[in-house]
Amino acid sequence: MNRFLAFVKKEFYHIFRDRRTLVILFGMPVVQILLFGYAITNEIKDARIAILDKSKDHLSVRLIEKIRSSGYFLIEDYLNQEVEIEKLFKEGTIKLVLVIDESFAQNLEKQHATNIQLLADATDPNTANTLINYATAIIRNFQAEINSGTLPLTIIPEVRMRYNPNLRSVFLFVPGLITIILMLVSAMMTSISIAREKEVGTMEVLLASPMQPGQVILAKVVPYLMLSFINAVVILIMGKFIFGVPINGSLPLLLLESILFILMALSLGILISTVTQSQQAALLISLMGLMLPTILLSGFIFPIENMPPALQVISNFIPAKWFIIIAKSIMLKGVGITYFWQETLVLVGFTILFVALSIKKFKIRLA
Amino acid sequence: MRTIYFLVRKEFLQIFRNKGMLPIIFIMPVIQLVILSNAANFEIENLKLYFVDKDQTSYSRLLRSKIEGSNYFVLSGYGFSTDEGEGALDRDLADLVIEVPRGFERTLVRDNSEKIQLTINAIDGTKGALGNFYALAVISDFNRQIREDFQAKGTVFAISKPLNHIKINYSNWFNPDLNYKTFMVPGILVLLVTMIAAFLSAMNIVREKEIGTIEQLNVTPIRKHQFIIGKLLPFWVLGLFELSIGLLIAKFVFDVPFVGSIILVYAFAALYLFLVLGMGLFISTFTETQQQAMFISWFFLVIFILMGGLFTAIENMPVWAQHITLFNPVRYFIEVVRMVMLKGSGLADIKWHFLIVLLYVIGINGLAMFRYRKTV
Amino acid sequence: MEEPIIYAKDLTKKFGDFTAVDAISFEINRGEIFGFLGANGAGKTTAMKMLIGLWKPTSGKASVAGFDVYREAEKIKKNIGYMSQRFSLYEDLTVVENIQFYAGIYGLTNQQIKSKTTGLIEKLGLLEVRDSRIQSLPLGWKQKLAFSVAILHDPKIVFLDEPTGGVDPITRRQFWDLIYEAAHNGITVFVTTHYMDEAEYCDRVSIMVNGRIEALDNPSTLKKQFNVDTMHEVFVKMARPQEA
Repeated sequence: MNRFLAFVKKEFYHIFRDRRTLVILFGMPVVQILLFGYAITNEIKDARIAILDKSKDHLSVRLIEKIRSSGYFLIEDYLNQEVEIEKLFKEGTIKLVLVIDESFAQNLEKQHATNIQLLADATDPNTANTLINYATAIIRNFQAEINSGTLPLTIIPEVRMRYNPNLRSVFLFVPGLITIILMLVSAMMTSISIAREKEVGTMEVLLASPMQPGQVILAKVVPYLMLSFINAVVILIMGKFIFGVPINGSLPLLLLESILFILMALSLGILISTVTQSQQAALLISLMGLMLPTILLSGFIFPIENMPPALQVISNFIPAKWFIIIAKSIMLKGVGITYFWQETLVLVGFTILFVALSIKKFKIRLA
Repeated sequence: MRTIYFLVRKEFLQIFRNKGMLPIIFIMPVIQLVILSNAANFEIENLKLYFVDKDQTSYSRLLRSKIEGSNYFVLSGYGFSTDEGEGALDRDLADLVIEVPRGFERTLVRDNSEKIQLTINAIDGTKGALGNFYALAVISDFNRQIREDFQAKGTVFAISKPLNHIKINYSNWFNPDLNYKTFMVPGILVLLVTMIAAFLSAMNIVREKEIGTIEQLNVTPIRKHQFIIGKLLPFWVLGLFELSIGLLIAKFVFDVPFVGSIILVYAFAALYLFLVLGMGLFISTFTETQQQAMFISWFFLVIFILMGGLFTAIENMPVWAQHITLFNPVRYFIEVVRMVMLKGSGLADIKWHFLIVLLYVIGINGLAMFRYRKTV
Repeated sequence: MEEPIIYAKDLTKKFGDFTAVDAISFEINRGEIFGFLGANGAGKTTAMKMLIGLWKPTSGKASVAGFDVYREAEKIKKNIGYMSQRFSLYEDLTVVENIQFYAGIYGLTNQQIKSKTTGLIEKLGLLEVRDSRIQSLPLGWKQKLAFSVAILHDPKIVFLDEPTGGVDPITRRQFWDLIYEAAHNGITVFVTTHYMDEAEYCDRVSIMVNGRIEALDNPSTLKKQFNVDTMHEVFVKMARPQEA
């Protein structure tokens, strides 16, 4: 045990000697969470649009005023003719153009029907889709306004937004960010640290010592487990006090699950280091191999249920997916382990699998 | 010139010799491009809807069949109490719950109005908002139908005024089918090329430092600019090569349209790569270990990637964050690729992108050249 | 008398408060094999790095091949070869590729590169491993190759930083044969070492203790002066006077 502690101490020395890496390890998640907490958002606010009002009557002016005051749109330009639209889109700042047809008010008053066109720059389909939906909602609202006077048999929908009443993106992204940062930092740190010892040749020295290989590896993991855990706590505190992301469920449970997730990521790091020969390869696998798949397939940004079925299957192999579900459930829904014991088991399974594979690889190398 | 040739040759020999790295450099990006490009889809379809029917009348059953018939929703379950609905939300069995209150039909006819509860899982705000929007559309359709049925039975309403209707036509330019791949493939390609170029160049000099060969190079008469160019060129070629493979995949696997000039894309990529590589080199001049170099480039790349406008639109960011993205090279490349490939924008439309990136290229490579010291 | 090819006067290097090299002075003549001795950490490598233009001196004067170390470091580099303590060949390149690379960097013509490559491989008996990667060669071979590569461009001076660490005495002897040959061809050799038997092979040696040069002369004079039989004993008396 003393020997083991000595090893752990040695690892800590390595980490604390390297001030720069230390600053990066702790500073990076803080900066990222601050930056992304504010910047990564799907909330439409002040989207730049242009309007081509061919009618210019009292109703069209009223509609435009309604759009302006909605808070979603910033009317950047008033056009005079349709040919201007393409040029505008090509320059790239305007994403939506609203075209009000001739005799807007007249048609409404006489025929009770009129036309509006919404033209979106759909090179970014996400934005196009959302902008069209928002604009449609405003126009429908406007329609209801001019239809004022009680209608018979009116159903009044009462809408309740649960878990995130103000529809803030940060609620969705904070649990995701914790996951991504923990995943990448933990896997990267261990894989590099072991690959480095292999490259420098000190790994052989360690293995020649009376320590069991398992102990050697464990000693490497313990410091990083603690560092990652501190990172997780810092991110949670920032999420709560800066962005107001609640922790509605049990905090101890969340911390336990975080430790489980970190362990899983660390064992993945170990596995990577056992299959690679150089730091360079270990780094590229843990960065190139993990970064985009984790961001894209974990449900962090893109909803998994919208993906093609094959990809939904693949997403099951992204460990981050499971932790994101757990983190959201505890933090936002405030539910207990009975709601996500399966996800927890999956994480346990990944951890065991990675550890087992590493041991197997390790033995082959030694034999 | 000969010196540069020998440096470049050496780098290529080392790259192609490293059997462990080759698949990471050449195969992994291709696989990722093919797979990940399918991942992005915000188009909300098949939202899981749980239907709580406390009324159990012909009206509530009509609403249920309307929901079942809509493209937006799948009925993931139905029950008869509020708790069942809440439970479905908690367990992620439902994205939204529609609850028809007890005595709905009776109250609606008697009082001429009645409420319907709509509870939405809003963790994903965008999805929540869209779910709300779709649900309201279904409910209003349902409302119209019962009104018509009522009128058909000969009931005359007290207030009868013709309804005004504004017809809304949508049109999605440049990507009429809202094909997400058209949008994602070029973007992910940009990210992959950027990552490969940045990581490889950031690690390269540091690696020579760690192994000790840098000292040997520093006592040779190699000039600074020869050294820097000798380090940049191989990865520049590699980056353009990856880009070409990616573009072929975009064209032949994903059928992404190439409206604009492909030469313009290459010209921009050629310039852009010098920026990314220069950053990598700059990082490697002030780090001592590959580990440090990697952490630092990782830090910046995550920011570049998440704030590059691919996953969440830059227009949605707060103004100060939009200003930060002005320093994000990825943003410029994604914009250019999107503008040229999908919209057919010409040089005049992207001249500012060229100019800004050129400035950054000069700046960062100047810094790298300045920081790289043969003598300390 | 001919102007010394390496000249140092009060050359000093400080790292913060720590003085690694403390005002050392010496002159080395053309064609000499100069042994730069000292215990680990005595400041040998630091002194050498100042001479070859890797580190800027804190104070003092020095010139190498007639060029000033402060202002003309790049000109010095054209005239010297260097073999570092750590490995200077690329482990993942083959013997031939390493030779070609360094020859190319030093601006040799294709014709020269070709003849040098064949000549070297023949001389060192590396014909069978010419296309093997450096990492697969035994340490002694690597060292001989690294030395040969360091003088490939016929420099005026070659600097060797503990070139023979970790190999057996026979291999070390073979290595020194290469050094003699280079010296015979008019290359000045500046070599740091802590093997005292190697000190015996040098024309002159200096002994550094704690950043200062404590003795500088030819080995036989030094032995006489300390009244001992081997350089090893000289070194022990110098480096650890309190124990002697």
